[in-house]
Amino acid sequence: MLRWIALAALIAPAALAQPSPARQAELRHLVLHDCGSCHGLTMKGGLGRPLLPEALADKPDGFLVEVILGGVPGTPMPPWREELSASEARWIVEQLRKGNGDAR
Amino acid sequence: MRARLTLLAAALASGMAQAELRGSGDLGLVIERASGSVQIVETTTPRSLGRIEGLGDLSHATAVFSRDARHAFVFGRDGGLTKLDLLAGRIERRIVQAGNAIGGAISQDGRLVAVANYEPGGVKLFDARSLELVQDIPTGSKVVGIADVPGQGFIFSLFDGDAIWLADTGKGESGPRLTKFADIGRQPYDGLITPDGRHYIAGLFGEDGLALIDLWRPEAGARRILAGYGRGQEPLPVYKMPHLRGWAVAGGLAFLPAIGRHEVLVADTRDWKQVTAIAVHGQPVFAVARPDGRHVWVNFAHPRNDTVQVIDAAKLEVAHTLKPGRGVMHLEFTPRGDQLWLSVRDADRVEIYDTRGPSLIASLPAKAPSGILMAARAHRIGF
Repeated sequence: MLRWIALAALIAPAALAQPSPARQAELRHLVLHDCGSCHGLTMKGGLGRPLLPEALADKPDGFLVEVILGGVPGTPMPPWREELSASEARWIVEQLRKGNGDAR
Repeated sequence: MRARLTLLAAALASGMAQAELRGSGDLGLVIERASGSVQIVETTTPRSLGRIEGLGDLSHATAVFSRDARHAFVFGRDGGLTKLDLLAGRIERRIVQAGNAIGGAISQDGRLVAVANYEPGGVKLFDARSLELVQDIPTGSKVVGIADVPGQGFIFSLFDGDAIWLADTGKGESGPRLTKFADIGRQPYDGLITPDGRHYIAGLFGEDGLALIDLWRPEAGARRILAGYGRGQEPLPVYKMPHLRGWAVAGGLAFLPAIGRHEVLVADTRDWKQVTAIAVHGQPVFAVARPDGRHVWVNFAHPRNDTVQVIDAAKLEVAHTLKPGRGVMHLEFTPRGDQLWLSVRDADRVEIYDTRGPSLIASLPAKAPSGILMAARAHRIGF
């Protein structure tokens, strides 16, 4: 049983649908402006921490997705669950890891 | 001497033949946040006079103005400090003074420009003429809500330090004299100074309430005002921090943001007690009083940032609701309040309203505009 759960966790990311191109454009806009208002348009940080690839290197995908969706209580990082699905949050994490957060 | 003057006159006549003499009282800056550029605008026509590029990361950028209102000092997110000549339409000097900055202020005498930094934290003071470093004030914390205070000084809040510091820069060569206020509340996120320069108010992210310092009686320390305004209700997620500079003090009342709530709080400036809370469209970001104080214009945080509301300061209720479009970032009045300028980021335009209607009178193209900063800020305490 445990093995199945582990396997499900492994294949889940690939099985999740990628956002449509139109939605990707919206998400890029959101990351640039709404994440950027605290993390900087270049993702170098501000009131929020840097979101550059090297800053995220030691953080697992699942952790980052949970931070995006659930926020960080006690800090200004709000939960984005109302606006973003898990697959969208995962797509954002992928983009940040590639250094695509700075979409200018 | 005469030869040099003749030479100068010749240079002016040939090189700048098309540049007529003009003042700067009706000029302003529009920050184009994503492209590292600013436009110089003129409010009389109204029109854009041109664009200056190469200012770095301008997310969350702001500016202060020299006392002759000719120069602007633009504070960029990337620690850039750029001195612009509004009349010549060019960058005069530019330095990168820190890794990450949030804003700044200019001293009462116009000689010092202060920058508040996130990374590595602290405040740096620069000579306004040369942009040479004059003093470094390490704080061990991100600094927010910096403002000039009467009598040559700056006041600012420490987001991670839960403190407010007052730096008196008027005393001798040994550096600023610091007065540190503790027990101000948790996580101050921004601050403002009242138009008369007497009171400093820091908004608190970590609790319902604001911290108030009476600069006529600094020995009395910080006082909590509007404490517990949420009455124990769980705040909403905050997708954008309110900005306090430019928040409204009008007709003896202060209009302040209720963080995490769809409310503007109203306090009596005589005793700082809450008068009422006005229900509004979303979480307020800026509330700006028209210079005559009769109306207060409010914009809102994501995802409700397509709307602007106008509060009647006599009736304490919303009088008008406008829908300029997604991403209304900032509001700025002309000095006497005949026009209100607002930036609509996602529509790539700046809209100009006649405040009597209000009615839209003009719209100017701008690339993802955010802050709009009139040069008349040069003559206001706390700007």
